Amino acid sequence: MEILETLINGLSSGGTYAMIALGYTMVYGIAKMLNFAHGDIIMVGGYTIFVTMGLTGNPILGLLAAVLFCVVLGVVVERVAYKPLRGATPLAVLITAIGVSYLLQSVAQMIFKSSPKMVMIADLGNVEFLGLYIPMYVIVTLICSVIIMVVLSLFVRFTRTGRAMVAVSEDRGAAQLMGISVNRIITVTFAIGSALAAFAGFFMLMKSPSLTNTMGAMPGIKAFTAAVIGGIGSIPGAMVGGIVLGLIEACSYKITVIAPYTDAIEFLILILLLLVRPTGILGKKRREKV
Amino acid sequence: MALLEVKDLAVYYGVIKALDGVSFTVDEGEIVALIGANGAGKTTTLHTVTGLLPPKSGTVTYHGQDITNLPAHKIVTLGIAHVPEGRRIFQQLSVLENLKMGAYTRKDKKEIAESLEQVYAHFPRLKERKNQVAGTLSGGEQQMLAMGRAMMSRPKLIVMDEPSMGLSPLLVKEVFKIILDLHKTGATILLVEQNAQMALSIADRAYVLETGRIVSEGSGQELLQSDEIKKAYLGG
Ligand SMILES: Nc1ncnc2c1ncn2[C@@H]1O[C@H](COP(=O)(O)OP(=O)(O)OP(=O)(O)O)[C@@H](O)[C@H]1O
Ligand SMILES: [Mg+2]
Repeated sequence: MEILETLINGLSSGGTYAMIALGYTMVYGIAKMLNFAHGDIIMVGGYTIFVTMGLTGNPILGLLAAVLFCVVLGVVVERVAYKPLRGATPLAVLITAIGVSYLLQSVAQMIFKSSPKMVMIADLGNVEFLGLYIPMYVIVTLICSVIIMVVLSLFVRFTRTGRAMVAVSEDRGAAQLMGISVNRIITVTFAIGSALAAFAGFFMLMKSPSLTNTMGAMPGIKAFTAAVIGGIGSIPGAMVGGIVLGLIEACSYKITVIAPYTDAIEFLILILLLLVRPTGILGKKRREKV
Repeated sequence: MALLEVKDLAVYYGVIKALDGVSFTVDEGEIVALIGANGAGKTTTLHTVTGLLPPKSGTVTYHGQDITNLPAHKIVTLGIAHVPEGRRIFQQLSVLENLKMGAYTRKDKKEIAESLEQVYAHFPRLKERKNQVAGTLSGGEQQMLAMGRAMMSRPKLIVMDEPSMGLSPLLVKEVFKIILDLHKTGATILLVEQNAQMALSIADRAYVLETGRIVSEGSGQELLQSDEIKKAYLGG
């Protein structure tokens, strides 16, 4: 029964990691850049929830406000900081993204100071399930992230814009020749990634209410690694990678001797996985046909 | 007035000059061939025409409209389709999805369905394989798909970059037959080819490109007879 509990916990936090990993992988696949500042969008979402709940007390309004604000911020950052560097060397873009990351963290610190804020989203209690008491937030996170992943997959597979995203990620030039505006598709991608980051921030605050200006940094790096494990650029890969990461984490927490070293263990296992499969679990080697 | 008029194009990759004052025209209803050795600048020319590359100077005029600085995704909507070198079909998408991608700028579902039937009529093989993932098609099928995809935008002008590349002699014949079919249905064609023999034999007019410059032009037949051309491009 404990195994079941660990499994549910792992899937739930894996869902949160998947939300974040999707942002990295979609931006990487479509804009061909590593958006180092992606984790900090989560943090901005967190503060948006904090402010909105301070004003209204309503967590759902907080989530909506966070999604809205993060989408706008993500799109603005892309326009102002990354778009002018289209065609520049990847290193220049990466350094800019690192700069954006520190900028967001510093601005948050200026506005909200450095002491942690407590954001009590809601006490949902526990659910009893096969004799287990599982916190409701775990179930809510799990269900929401599954729904989001299904909706996103359907969107990418079956809508005109979704297929245009696949086309741009495969071959930007050929996509332009079809009449696809690459700039528009990149904007949409940043918007979706940022919305998912806002959800991730909400899930993270449900789990642990302490909010600081670096709350996105560690989960960001972990989720990025998860995206690489899944196969960077691959949407199902980011989902699988995120869930694998969540399961590793939940198992590690369960084993008393290694629990304090969970972060290190996660990275260790992820590195080992990469040694076995350098292109990631669902990553593909580029096939070229002439 | 020419359908497409290219004037004094100069294109650079960094400091390397790839095109140096290229000018040519394509009239409505023509098949115009652009031939030349590897690295002559044929692909660069087509990329500049369809908006994938910005020229340093010179103009591209289509239907009397200056399209020199229009982005590629806008140029498609004016009726120019580009079958790129190396096919560049979307490997993860199915055949049908690739074809629909070709109609990305069009809205009318019924008309798109009609175009799809036309493409299937030209390429029955694509219909048989419409749900197959495009990356698993054979080279010849991928070329058919690239041409079909271009047709889906209902272009007036189709530019093709080495459609016969890497195909068996039988398939090369097939590809040229399809080019003639497309031409019969009213499309104007600008054709880049290594296979100068075949290209010149179907072309109304042709231009020869050499290290970024047009060095000769004439009707397809004239160039086929020319000793210089024979020596340089037709294997004696
Ligand atoms: N992306 C690029 N960066 C730098 N130089 C390039 C680039 N693309 C092409 N060139 C150069 O520009 C010149 C023209 O290339 P282009 O591809 O237009 O030739 P081509 O006539 O199409 O040749 P091929 O028959 O081999 O396809 C060549 O010297 C090539 O090396
Ligand atoms: Mg070429």
